[in-house]
Amino acid sequence: MKVYLDNAATTRVAQEVVEAIEPFNSQKYGNASSLHSFGQDAKEALENARKLLAKRINAEPDEIVFTSGGSEANNLAIRGMAQINGFGHIITSKIEHPAVLQTCKDLEKQGFEVTYVGVDAQGRVDLKSLESSIKDHTFLVSIMHVNNEVGVIQNIAEIGKVCSDRKVVFHTDAVQSFTKIPIDVKNMNIGLASFSAHKLHGQKGIGMLYVRKGIKLKNQITGGEQEFKIRAGTENVAGVVGFAKASEILTQEDITRMSNLKKHLRQELLNISDTKINGPDDGLCNILNVSFRYIEGESILLRLDAEGVAVSTGSACSSANLAPSHVLIAMGLEHEAAHGSIRFSLSKYTTKEEINYTVKCARTVVIELRKISPLTPRGDKNV
Amino acid sequence: MYSKEILDRFKNPKNVGEIKSPDAYGKVGNIACGDIMELFIKIDAGKITDIKFKTFGCAAAIASTDVLCDVVKGKTVDEALKVSKKDILAVMGDVPPVKVHCSVLATEALQEALKKYQSKQSTGSK
Repeated sequence: MKVYLDNAATTRVAQEVVEAIEPFNSQKYGNASSLHSFGQDAKEALENARKLLAKRINAEPDEIVFTSGGSEANNLAIRGMAQINGFGHIITSKIEHPAVLQTCKDLEKQGFEVTYVGVDAQGRVDLKSLESSIKDHTFLVSIMHVNNEVGVIQNIAEIGKVCSDRKVVFHTDAVQSFTKIPIDVKNMNIGLASFSAHKLHGQKGIGMLYVRKGIKLKNQITGGEQEFKIRAGTENVAGVVGFAKASEILTQEDITRMSNLKKHLRQELLNISDTKINGPDDGLCNILNVSFRYIEGESILLRLDAEGVAVSTGSACSSANLAPSHVLIAMGLEHEAAHGSIRFSLSKYTTKEEINYTVKCARTVVIELRKISPLTPRGDKNV
Repeated sequence: MYSKEILDRFKNPKNVGEIKSPDAYGKVGNIACGDIMELFIKIDAGKITDIKFKTFGCAAAIASTDVLCDVVKGKTVDEALKVSKKDILAVMGDVPPVKVHCSVLATEALQEALKKYQSKQSTGSK
């Protein structure tokens, strides 16, 4: 049996999306900037998709800038703001995606000041310390909507209100949450928001940045006047059409079903001894992060893979820099627990049968690896 | 990222376990970097007659400790002390650069175990 539980990394492209995209590769393949009918057909599809996606977040169509994905959207938001301001202070959190964290670190080297606010044991950003970090020269607060590793949901409406009161632009990385949790950029006082299609059964290589009217960004890619002169490059019409289609796929029933399956997975895994959940109970419907004590994440991942189950890990051994997950460390986990962490992320296609199979495999893998580990207490029954 | 041989060995290591009252014992690594290895060695007439291991770590760490056990079994203590990191890497095959460290760590546990054994022997014979 093959089970894909790495949907926070990327998802299967939905059949509806494949079908929606197809004509824009085979027939309506014109350049949306061209004046002929081929170009105008593409332009029409592009603008219809823009309208639909704008509506989904309560934005105006001309506030949507298409990008190559979430990382580019985050870079454009943060670097674009920083370069217009020239100097100043940015506030972000310790558990952001590397596309935000690395960008902020880079800006620090260029002379910008950055505050990385901490989180509690569940991964929630401390609003008070965020608010007290705001200075006169703070121009941007960047806090992700949902964390990609543990699924903790930040109260972005509250953060947006604080930012609005203090006249600071609020950027949120909404890559994991989009279509799973409603987002209303107007009511939530959001100035900039990043999105990506491939987390919601769209294609890789397409994303968008919401830019509230009046916010100026320095373009990061030059060479054309596309996307309101903020992002040069021939529009990825097929990708955009697929993104709009993908944004319609998830239903309330899907979300409820994923939540129930996640709960079931959670309960079953907790039956394995010395296992703990990382992140809050009320996290995103499809992300479950678990630490199995005494054993290491990459080993768990590869043994599960051998059984056909695909997951991911926050262990150092799976990363190029040999440091364990910055998210789990920021949440106060000990190194051993961080090294033994596994993320299971579900999709609308995940079945109960798949979850049960995963639990069965996880139990076997954990027992086997604990037999190998010198950390396992002697006489431990493992489960 | 790993060769089939390494993955097979990781999934079915042959030398896992402990030896009660071993003649030599070595332990390396720390939890912060994510690898801990223990070696239990039985030595008879200067020869390694049995060796078992326990490893907390990634696939490379587990597979390479198992490799090391196979490589030194049957060797004399002096021969085993000459087993280098290179020798283990040669058996491991194409290891990604970030995995070199965990792939050679077991040799340090072996050195520690055998050197302690030797100094104990020489103290004992005095």
